[in-house]
Amino acid sequence: MPIDREVLDRHGLTREEYDRIVRSLQREPTLTELGIFSVMWSEHCSYKSSRVHLRKLPTEGPRVLQGPGENAGAVDVGDGLAAVFKIESHNHPSFIEPYQGAATGVGGIIRDIFTMGARPIALMNSLRFGEMDGRDGARTRRIVEGVVAGIAGYGNSIGIPTVGGEIAFDNRYAANPLVNVFCLGIARADALVKGSASGIGNPVYYVGSKTGRDGIHGATMASAEFDEKSAEKRPAVQVGDPFMEKLLLEACLELMQTDALIGVQDMGAAGLTCSTCEMGSRGGAGIEIDVMHVPQRETGMTPYEIMLSESQERMLLVVKKGREAEVERIFEKWDLHAAHIGFVTSDALMRVKDHGRVVAEIPNSALVDAAPVYNRPTARPAYLDEVQKFDPSSLPPVAPQTALFALLGSPTIASKRWVYRQYDHMVRTNTIVLAGMGAGVVRLKGTARAIAMSVDGNGRYCYLDPRRGAMLAVAEAARNVACAGATPIGATNCLNFGNPERPEVMWQLVEAIEGIADACRALDVPITGGNVSLYNETNGEAIYPTPILGVVGVIDDAANVVSRTFKGEGDEIFLLGEGRGQLDGSEFLKVLHGAVKGRPPQIDLARERSLIALLTRLAAAGYVRSAHDCSDGGLAVTLAECSFESGSIGLEVDMPLHVGQAPNSMRLTATLFSESPSCVVISVQPKDVTAVVKLASDLGVPAHRIGRTGGTRIAVRVAGQDAIDCTVAEAERLWSTAIERHFEGRAA
Amino acid sequence: MKFSIIVFPGSNCDHDAYHAAKHVLGHDAEFIWHKETGLKGADVVVLPGGFSHGDYLRTGAIARFSPVMAAVADFARGGGPTLGICNGFQILCEAGLLPGAMLRNRDLKFHCEHVWIRVDQTDTPFTALAKKGQVLRIPIAHGEGNYYAEPDVIEELESERRVIFRYCDARGEATDASNPNGAINGIAGICNAARNVVGLMPHPERACEPLLGSADGLVLFESVVSVLAAHGGAR
Repeated sequence: MPIDREVLDRHGLTREEYDRIVRSLQREPTLTELGIFSVMWSEHCSYKSSRVHLRKLPTEGPRVLQGPGENAGAVDVGDGLAAVFKIESHNHPSFIEPYQGAATGVGGIIRDIFTMGARPIALMNSLRFGEMDGRDGARTRRIVEGVVAGIAGYGNSIGIPTVGGEIAFDNRYAANPLVNVFCLGIARADALVKGSASGIGNPVYYVGSKTGRDGIHGATMASAEFDEKSAEKRPAVQVGDPFMEKLLLEACLELMQTDALIGVQDMGAAGLTCSTCEMGSRGGAGIEIDVMHVPQRETGMTPYEIMLSESQERMLLVVKKGREAEVERIFEKWDLHAAHIGFVTSDALMRVKDHGRVVAEIPNSALVDAAPVYNRPTARPAYLDEVQKFDPSSLPPVAPQTALFALLGSPTIASKRWVYRQYDHMVRTNTIVLAGMGAGVVRLKGTARAIAMSVDGNGRYCYLDPRRGAMLAVAEAARNVACAGATPIGATNCLNFGNPERPEVMWQLVEAIEGIADACRALDVPITGGNVSLYNETNGEAIYPTPILGVVGVIDDAANVVSRTFKGEGDEIFLLGEGRGQLDGSEFLKVLHGAVKGRPPQIDLARERSLIALLTRLAAAGYVRSAHDCSDGGLAVTLAECSFESGSIGLEVDMPLHVGQAPNSMRLTATLFSESPSCVVISVQPKDVTAVVKLASDLGVPAHRIGRTGGTRIAVRVAGQDAIDCTVAEAERLWSTAIERHFEGRAA
Repeated sequence: MKFSIIVFPGSNCDHDAYHAAKHVLGHDAEFIWHKETGLKGADVVVLPGGFSHGDYLRTGAIARFSPVMAAVADFARGGGPTLGICNGFQILCEAGLLPGAMLRNRDLKFHCEHVWIRVDQTDTPFTALAKKGQVLRIPIAHGEGNYYAEPDVIEELESERRVIFRYCDARGEATDASNPNGAINGIAGICNAARNVVGLMPHPERACEPLLGSADGLVLFESVVSVLAAHGGAR
């Protein structure tokens, strides 16, 4: 077949990229080779648009054991253990086929973790959907149900708890939902396994599901925009088999107990192609395989199809020569067939044969290192001037309690119980902060420690100011982990953006990366890996720029873990930090006034750092009974949520007025609903008040004693003025039923 | 005292049962791979939760054919205390060691949450230390836990006092609202006619430490230990 414009288009390659291929091979590629290049040079695999900017992220630190470049990152958590974690997107497949798209996203990230030699012990996810009652509400509800069921179906079956996450609803995601999945595993720090091939002549094994025609060009699909014809791409979405993956997981971990293994990589995006050339490239070696040995699900598959298939639950392993029988015995125990498909060579080539005939022979360096890198043009979007203009005095007045109730009943803020109840969040008996109660926290058996994790992001903020929004995402994830009592020690990110070929989108991406870099540096949380998902556009409309941050922290004594809810009556309530009295970009503005306006608050990273230090010290001393940060919906929502699921423990507080830039008429509202960064509400037993005040003062964190827990009402005053007075029960009912109402046909 | 924990491909609460027996209670525990034919000197056999063989067919339907199940049946028929948790309960039903079957939850959704169950009978090795009517707070995690049996079987279970655990509210009232999956008569767990084989959908092994939010599940394990000790300890 001649390689013309149409063939290149189908492969998502430009003419310039094709010329680059010819230069690096010094000949025309075969069609199989072209397919291999197309997936390896796709945005999804090569990060060609983001790579120059990703270098700006801090990736090193005393606790980093593995930074970006391997299957997942790793940090030292003490006791000789490493936490191995990463976040990844599965956005495009989840729009086309919600259940399988989300399920295979979970399967993929789990493989990345156990490939490193770690037993996966926790999953989280960050999801974005359209509005369930908006335009396209029915379709959105179907996507929500499918994605949640897919995540549940995979995670529950394989037996890894989904310990938390976050969900937001906005019509900007109606035709391009986001499904970002995070997994964390634990390994011995001295026994991390690498995805590299070495040792000339060592056998290369293929284990897992048979290869079918599913998912061919999945990576290329994830590197293009969507239009009406996207449904036709459904065959590019794979079908997950969590049972097969459970067998692979157990067998691989068993094999890793021996020293027969050299390296292993899962076949995710770009399948056999990516695993073969990346393992060779990392080990400075070549890999030769013959596709006739690859187990196949269908007859008549071509080498092109076999190399590009993205069938799920497959692993590529390099083992020591002479240990084949031992390796095969372990896989046989788990009823898995390990197929010997090739061997390691010294020539740094990826050589693919079909019944002995060479069908592709490409230097690894051409695929991995010589992949194009673009420094695409950027331009500050014109819309910013318009949306950043915001005058709070223009807003019609709303009674504070009316506003609170509206916010509590909005799906983004409401309880996600309908969702997480479908996830097994307790299996493995490590979950010590149950889903919905704050950051996800799992204890580490055999040690006194626990690991806390949180995934956060706010697309609306990033739309209004991507740099500030990205910084706020880092800070919120770190703060959530600190609220649980953990010291944040590492991070992973998933960058969800539109088409990078548009200078405005590229500008958002660069601003966000730089914001993340600054915040991670200031808060000492190096990025150990992650994922970039571009082309999140349908019919030319991009999603909000949505960087999602996953932050991991360590609690030295699991007994000191802290959750969101009040624990008893008569405790003193403190507000740590200073409210801003600023409504820009807030959920309040969106829900009550339908406006996305202003600039999200500027964060003071030094203050955030002090607050985080204070929270972890207070928790370690056992002073904190509950901690919950000010986030979506502002302080009024934060306070109400401390009462929810606490056994109806009410509160009575009187807050200082946070003046901000609000005009007089709006100050009370702005105090209650400002999403002020670096603010946390804690409850403390009266006997510990003095110590808390002292420690806060030592660290320079403002600590306002605003009231007490008790009674059955949520009673909030601002500078002595009555603002909110309702029962916990009536507020909690709105909050706890808002999401399921949409699925029972009783949406308001 | 030795707990043998059967591991089927797809079992995923095997480590949890092992941890409870070995590290929380301090007894001997060993995994038994489903292809084995012996129980390695078990005093107690536990069939743990999970998705044996992926549960792509009816839950537990394939696991009952595993080689180890012959030994489990012998052990059970010989009076050995045998506990099936969640998928283990489903497997015991499929294997004919307990009657009935599990339908999908009535709302067709997987439920993972703490529920209340009431101990209705204390004359089994797994409830001997509990008080009749005692209310336990224990998690469930299943999509198919809606217990079903023919009316005559239900009648037999009730008349022979073989419904051991029933879903209830915090005060011990078995109401429809407190039934998370639609199980007939709110049945959460039953025993065989000889009372030594107990199956339940809730996960007592997930409720053995206060750090996890409840230690109410301990009574099942402590009961079997005390019953065996009273009979002259481990064999």
